[in-house]
Amino acid sequence: MSELEGIYAVWLREAKIYIREKERLISAVISPLLWIFGFGAGVGTTVASVSGFSYQMFIYPGIMVMTVLFTSLFYGIYIIWDRKLDFLKEVLVAPISRASVFAGKMLGGATDAMVQVIYLIIIGLFFLNVPFTPLIIIEAFLMLLLISLAMVSIGLVIGANLTSPEGFSLVINFVMWPMFFFSGALFPKSNLSPWLAALTKFNPMTYGVDAMQGIILGINHYSLLLDTAVLLVFTAMMMGIGIISFRRM
Amino acid sequence: MVIKTEALTKNFGKITAVNEMNLEVEEGEIFGLLGPNGAGKTTLISMLCTILKPTSGRAWVNGFDIVKESGKVRKSIGIVFQQASVDDLLTGRENLELHNLLFEVPKAIRKQRIEEVLSIVNLEKRADDFVNTYSGGMRRRLELARGIMHHPKILFLDEPTLGLDPQTREHIWEYIKELAVKECMTIMLTTHYMEEAEQLCDRVAIIDYGKIVVLDSPDALKNSVAGDVVKIKQKIPDIEKIRKLEYVMKAEEKEGMLYISIKDASKHLQDLLSNTGPIDFVEVRRGSLSDVFLHYTGREIREGEAEGGFWERMMKR
Ligand SMILES: Nc1ncnc2c1ncn2[C@@H]1O[C@H](COP(=O)(O)OP(=O)(O)OP(=O)(O)O)[C@@H](O)[C@H]1O
Ligand SMILES: [Mg+2]
Repeated sequence: MSELEGIYAVWLREAKIYIREKERLISAVISPLLWIFGFGAGVGTTVASVSGFSYQMFIYPGIMVMTVLFTSLFYGIYIIWDRKLDFLKEVLVAPISRASVFAGKMLGGATDAMVQVIYLIIIGLFFLNVPFTPLIIIEAFLMLLLISLAMVSIGLVIGANLTSPEGFSLVINFVMWPMFFFSGALFPKSNLSPWLAALTKFNPMTYGVDAMQGIILGINHYSLLLDTAVLLVFTAMMMGIGIISFRRM
Repeated sequence: MVIKTEALTKNFGKITAVNEMNLEVEEGEIFGLLGPNGAGKTTLISMLCTILKPTSGRAWVNGFDIVKESGKVRKSIGIVFQQASVDDLLTGRENLELHNLLFEVPKAIRKQRIEEVLSIVNLEKRADDFVNTYSGGMRRRLELARGIMHHPKILFLDEPTLGLDPQTREHIWEYIKELAVKECMTIMLTTHYMEEAEQLCDRVAIIDYGKIVVLDSPDALKNSVAGDVVKIKQKIPDIEKIRKLEYVMKAEEKEGMLYISIKDASKHLQDLLSNTGPIDFVEVRRGSLSDVFLHYTGREIREGEAEGGFWERMMKR
């Protein structure tokens, strides 16, 4: 009971801060727009269609995954700021377990990401004519939540083990871009060179993008079950490492 | 024994911040840690609060081992950090509400506790403003309110009244004393204010370079070192003659004044004055912890300096 309240307290603080930090909200609104309407529409003029969809439509699931990926991973940087400014001490001396502190922070990060997801769904629904049904929306939401939990965990692991925001940015770039580029979010997996295909197989994000393309466009490469299983295992692993990192903090 | 340490040590690389410290604090006691900047006070408290792991040695808080039973230790304590840790983007009240959730304050009394602590630190009117609109002293007060809200068995206060105005400071002293008596709370505090230590503490440990230099009640400490100080102004003082008097502990000339430490002014003042000959000016004051501090650490503790250090550190961030 008290552990649950502790998790709630940590989450509540994150949620309140998120709403009050205008810069965070604004960048959350703008960056996906740039990708869909800037990148998607731009490249779309040179690429006729992919698997029967316009390029803009094809990358829409990938953009959703990417938005979740970026927001979730970068969320880990706040733990470094919290520590620098001593906000974290109050939570660390509280009589709740580090697993609960981790859970609260993780849910806080996932909330950031899911707010963006809702906003992306609205754009997709009204401006891109994405073939959403209520069931698809629910499935997509849950899948993105799972991806977000995994990515927030990675961000928190890195944040808990580093002390400078600059260091965090450096490390996260080496994690984020490969995960994004070798995931099939921007190009179809069917005509990849063998080494790129191999790289793609080892990237957990591939399964997230695949699942999302399956759920929204019906063009998945693996079965939805496999995608989900891979992501579940990966998320559980990252959460485990995250809790260990928090215990040592 | 509510707090007990055994050869507790913390190294930061080459620096030994706390050096094989042995300490025992009784239940209901207000225990003061006094020491110059960098003496190791905060490091000691951080270890007792389970935020820092000791390099070696052991310690128990409320009977629980600080390393092996850190969870149980955390359930027994409250702490006010030296550096502000209240959330800027939350209001004062929201900070307290979060603390209620984190520290398992029973639901039924949460609202009432918040009102209580707000009135103790005189923040009722600003409770619903964001903390980033508070002054430094107001933040400090909020921090203090938060630390005492869940009625811990043991309360750690790292320079609790740093940067507060005299009126608030006295208000808070009153309250701290009351906590110790009424609730039998054990309180460990660090301070640079001699007055604070004298007013509040049952026992004081002067620490320097991570070691306890001396530990006793403020009165006993004062008597052991300082006695009383007689300040005299005289045309041609004869220091040698005065030093030879058996009740004179120390005599020095500073800026045209003669400072004479004697054991007990009420007994010896008359005799002293009869030995000095005609004088222009005389002032007698009780020895203070400052004298004790100076005696044991060879350094003056300056309140202004401590304060400046704190604000400088705040500004740098
Ligand atoms: N995280 C740290 N890393 C390295 N050295 C540290 C760290 N924390 C403290 N120290 C060093 O340990 C020593 C004791 O520091 P501590 O903060 O305990 O002093 P203090 O008695 O609280 O001083 P003050 O009166 O200034 O608050 C100092 O020499 C300090 O430089
Ligand atoms: Mg200190």
